[in-house]
Amino acid sequence: MSAIPRIDPPARTVAPKPLEAGVEEALNRRYEAGFVTDIETESLPPGLSEEVVRAISAKKNEPEWMTEWRLKAYRHWLTMTPPTWAKLQIAPIDYQAISYFAAPKNAPKSLDEIDPKLLEAYDKLGVPLHERARLAGIAVDAVFDSVSVGTTYKDELKKAGVIFCSISEALHEHPELVRRYLGSVVPVGDNYFAALNSAVFSDGSFVFVPKGVRCPMELSTYFRINAGHTGQFERTLIICEEKAYVSYLEGCTAPMRDQNQLHAAVVELVALDDAEIKYSTVQNWYPGDENGVGGIYNFVTKRGECRGARSKISWTQVETGSAITWKYPSCVLLGDDSVGEFYSVALTHHRQQADTGTKMVHIGRNTRSTIVSKGISAGRGQNTYRGLVKVEKTAANARNHTQCDSLLIGKRCGAHTFPYIEVKNASATVEHEATTSKISDDQLFYCRARGIGEEDAVSLIVDGFCKQVFKELPMEFAVEAKKLLDLSLEGAVG
Amino acid sequence: MLKIDNLHVRAGNREILKGLNLEVAPGEVHAIMGPNGAGKSTLGHVLAGREGYEVTAGSVTYQGKDLLALEPEERAAEGLFLAFQYPVEIPGVNNTYFLRAALNAQRKHRGEPEIDSMGFLKLVRQKLSVLHIKDELLNRAVNVGFSGGEKKRNEIFQLAVLEPTLAILDETDSGLDIDALKLVAEGVNLMRSPERSFLVVTHYQRLLDHLQPDVVHVLAEGRIVESGGPELARELEQHGYAWVKDRIAPGAAA
Repeated sequence: MSAIPRIDPPARTVAPKPLEAGVEEALNRRYEAGFVTDIETESLPPGLSEEVVRAISAKKNEPEWMTEWRLKAYRHWLTMTPPTWAKLQIAPIDYQAISYFAAPKNAPKSLDEIDPKLLEAYDKLGVPLHERARLAGIAVDAVFDSVSVGTTYKDELKKAGVIFCSISEALHEHPELVRRYLGSVVPVGDNYFAALNSAVFSDGSFVFVPKGVRCPMELSTYFRINAGHTGQFERTLIICEEKAYVSYLEGCTAPMRDQNQLHAAVVELVALDDAEIKYSTVQNWYPGDENGVGGIYNFVTKRGECRGARSKISWTQVETGSAITWKYPSCVLLGDDSVGEFYSVALTHHRQQADTGTKMVHIGRNTRSTIVSKGISAGRGQNTYRGLVKVEKTAANARNHTQCDSLLIGKRCGAHTFPYIEVKNASATVEHEATTSKISDDQLFYCRARGIGEEDAVSLIVDGFCKQVFKELPMEFAVEAKKLLDLSLEGAVG
Repeated sequence: MLKIDNLHVRAGNREILKGLNLEVAPGEVHAIMGPNGAGKSTLGHVLAGREGYEVTAGSVTYQGKDLLALEPEERAAEGLFLAFQYPVEIPGVNNTYFLRAALNAQRKHRGEPEIDSMGFLKLVRQKLSVLHIKDELLNRAVNVGFSGGEKKRNEIFQLAVLEPTLAILDETDSGLDIDALKLVAEGVNLMRSPERSFLVVTHYQRLLDHLQPDVVHVLAEGRIVESGGPELARELEQHGYAWVKDRIAPGAAA
């Protein structure tokens, strides 16, 4: 466990700062997803009230129970205060200054009618949506600001019995499923940001894999924040019935803006008997500039319930973007012999801050969990691992292994580790290993003396450090994640 | 090949090399011996370009180029290789992958096409069979969990794959038992050629029994104080470094 003194970043300024063309260009090179798509947007004026919640619900033509569900969440949210226990410096957020709904005008009914500008935006991001260029073997749901703009491979999935659509669509097509599972893992009042999300969430993805079906392809959602002054509040719900399997990926980007933008998502996973859900994230929200101006506040609640016996939920995350990350993808291991896994790479460079980790709650007997966390800090980045391993009385023979490694690059960054372990059953085995290391001059010189240049040497060493996590990602994503890491570390040495 | 002229080097406030002269011709094997703290490892580090040393006077010419003006990776690409006294561990990075990255970085610098993984594997297999190194070293992370002997043999393996023009062996024999020493020496002998020179930094004569150097130098107090044939190494072994000190004392005062 490390005890490295931390350097607090100065308070963030939110005033727009003019950028010189040259600087802007250089920044753009570094954050390739930083472009803005010029598209007509229909948005609600900034502000949050019961009327706004009702307006969002009305825009989406929701059934009354859904509107009530949102209002309940909103009223609960009003009684709550933002969490302050994380090791993060967050400038106060004015919730009345945010617009809670933004959607491209003339929302398409199908991929054939989609605005060419939107297709172009996704092409630029490397996620082509139109038929001839689609990613082979990966079905994509594209969420642009507050709404889903299209889902590929829908028919193929339907044949297999898999439902993959936007959550708005699911509310109309499969209301009974949504009603049964929504909020059953993350209740509306779970925490401040989850309550806010429950009140105002606009879209997200819905996946249902019926009994015995192995989803024939990778499913993925690509989240894109485009509009300024808006928050993105998406909701993802994935259900795997008995013996079903799905692998799901999410990617995220946003334009470069000098204001901070809020992204407060909720993801709920449910695995029944013998089901397996593999959930991978490559998060590349705009991180702000070198001085910490702008960037996304990524305050996300992700939780999976292994409800069935022998079920398995595996979280893999590569977090390179966002100004601030507050995120703890967790597993509640209810079913006997169920398995929870968490593999994480979190990188903070410049003024980025991350407080991330997981919760593994063992309730069923013989439940097992594995946590592998790799934190990389560079520049003035602050990186915190926070993890809870909880073994309830009922969880006989529960096992957990936690490995928590931090890598420091340079002298001004910080790494922190807060492991919490609560064990109420004496037959449990809980192991915690932690290391803190620096990229040493010896390592760099060794690589250079073999002909490998300094930047490549850093990338090689970091890649080696993250290997255990990268190998959990689907192939294409592993390559992408490695590239992203290299890009995010540019200029970290020297 | 290599010409070191009046080299003065400081580390912090301490002057370590104080006017070192040395010339190595292509195909020659030179041994540098000397007591602890004489500056042997410093010489290897300075030639390879390690930071933390300040060259206050003198020059190093390597194949007609000013060696000291080059970055470490440029020196490597120009054919200079340093076998480390303490090879460094790089967790999670596959040994083969590392070596291919190194070879391709060097080839790129020289304007040669990169070698693909199939071609590289062929090259590796060929070198392994000659060096009698076990395959298992290949798929482990660079130097992680290697025994002392394995680390040194891995250095020789890298030397064989990278095929440098000038190889500096920094106390490659230290910490090796007799069998491991023989294997390392065999590897080096196999690499000898009319175009390739070696600078073997060592404390003891036993490695030189196997290598048969063309020239033996004694480095003491930051300078070469004595040069000779292989018989010089044997004399040192018999009389110890105190004998050298006695011999150089008048010269040093002059």
